[in-house]
Amino acid sequence: MEVAYLIETVIKVVVVLLVFSALAGIGTYFERKVLAFMQRRLGPMNVGPYGMLQFGADAIKLFTKEDIIPSNVVAPIFKIAPVITAATAFIAAAAIPFLPEFTIFGYTVHPIVSDINIGILYILGVMGVGLYGPLLGGMASANKFSLLSAARGAAVFISYEVVTGLSILAPIMMVGSLSLIDFNDYQLENGWMIFNMYGVGFVAFILFWIAGFAETGRTPFHLIANDHEIIDGFGTEYSGMRWGLFFIGEYANMFFISFVIPLLFLGGYGDGSFLGAMALLGKMSFFFFFFLWTRAAWPDVRPDQLMWLCWKVLMPIAVLNILIAAIVMI
Amino acid sequence: MNNEAFNNRDVSDSYFLVDIEDYPTEPWDKFKRVIKRTFRIELFVGLWVVIREMFKFDIHTISYPEEKMPIGPRYRAIHEMKRLWESDTERCIGCGLCEKICISNCIKIDTRIDENSRKEVSEYSINLGRCIFCGYCAEVCPELAITHGGRYENASDQREHFLMYEDMLTPLDKMTAGTQVEFEGFGAITPHEDERVKKTPLAY
Repeated sequence: MEVAYLIETVIKVVVVLLVFSALAGIGTYFERKVLAFMQRRLGPMNVGPYGMLQFGADAIKLFTKEDIIPSNVVAPIFKIAPVITAATAFIAAAAIPFLPEFTIFGYTVHPIVSDINIGILYILGVMGVGLYGPLLGGMASANKFSLLSAARGAAVFISYEVVTGLSILAPIMMVGSLSLIDFNDYQLENGWMIFNMYGVGFVAFILFWIAGFAETGRTPFHLIANDHEIIDGFGTEYSGMRWGLFFIGEYANMFFISFVIPLLFLGGYGDGSFLGAMALLGKMSFFFFFFLWTRAAWPDVRPDQLMWLCWKVLMPIAVLNILIAAIVMI
Repeated sequence: MNNEAFNNRDVSDSYFLVDIEDYPTEPWDKFKRVIKRTFRIELFVGLWVVIREMFKFDIHTISYPEEKMPIGPRYRAIHEMKRLWESDTERCIGCGLCEKICISNCIKIDTRIDENSRKEVSEYSINLGRCIFCGYCAEVCPELAITHGGRYENASDQREHFLMYEDMLTPLDKMTAGTQVEFEGFGAITPHEDERVKKTPLAY
């Protein structure tokens, strides 16, 4: 393997890691501000101008806080669980093209760590492994609220993996590839996925979006760490940076899902020009904003309602969608 | 500040019973309800409401230590001891009624005869750790001397926190400037008292 490729990959990995760790922090600032404005509050105002350094203050707090391992927990599993959440979120990012390729100092950079031919399958698979963070953390915590949250986490993740997988089957059948770059190129030729195939793409888009909320555990489906019923769920017994890793994992996942949805359904970065790159970032920002928006507007659903929605509504629709896609393609 | 909206307790004209439909029992009715709820765009109404509030930017936060809510003139916070407008001397005549009426026994008053053979307050303290801010002392005071003020930030590092006579007394420079504020709460003179007061019949 040539040295230039190795160096490039290492640099890309470090950049993705640093940028999205920082974005996860800044994302919390935006979340607090947006929620505050929607609820007629001001949000953080005191640390730095308009509270912009609040994220730094929180980071210092998390890093310097005592790392408590409670006495009855299964210590090795308890310690490794947050790492799984954060790590899987970042590992999944390896197959996401964050920007179109560009040339800098005569060297062509592909802003994707590895364009593997099973890209979307890989992303969903690794994000699915992220289930083990809440599950193991909750089960090892020796806390009944954590255990409840672990059980809910397992149920939600497994159920909504089904919806995610089935909903993107129809687009995959159309594109004929699992690479996100191929998805982008297909949409460049045939128009955005949501307008393709007499609405099949649109239904798939809606299903994938709904499932994305369950995968990231955001508000309408926030029951894994539902503060008002089960304290902080799997995070109850965690403190300091271990809790912070759960947090970074959750926000990184939100960012990555916000990248994947436009890449799959909304044309991605288009022709790869500067404008296309900005368009991708704009679409990503909208989906990230929508995560915050729903948190301000919508109530949570009960676990049984969530299961009902998954198995009795979304999954049949997804299966029908694939069937219609198959008929149309023939 | 206009308190009318808060003070109007008569809600009879705006009360109505919420119209709640019966829960469906038949599967077909349940299915119809699901469809109705799915395609009625209630979720988007919620989204619209919050985004509207975001762009209106009608923020109701009061950044507390810098900004404070106006408090009513009848608010019962830390006590004040008033002076006479005419002579700037203390209003308190040392009658001891406030000590007597205080239900939490937090007021201690001691008096002596001064060089002009007049009664004078020698010791006066209020234990704010015990005081429940009921306002009886201000109500009972015949001279409108002890009243409540508007200082409500009375955090302390100890449970007993004594307020002494000199600290409560209106400073003399405030009297010269004419900025002593009369208390409008319990025990204060009602407005237009001069027109309503009548002579005692026995004076004729």
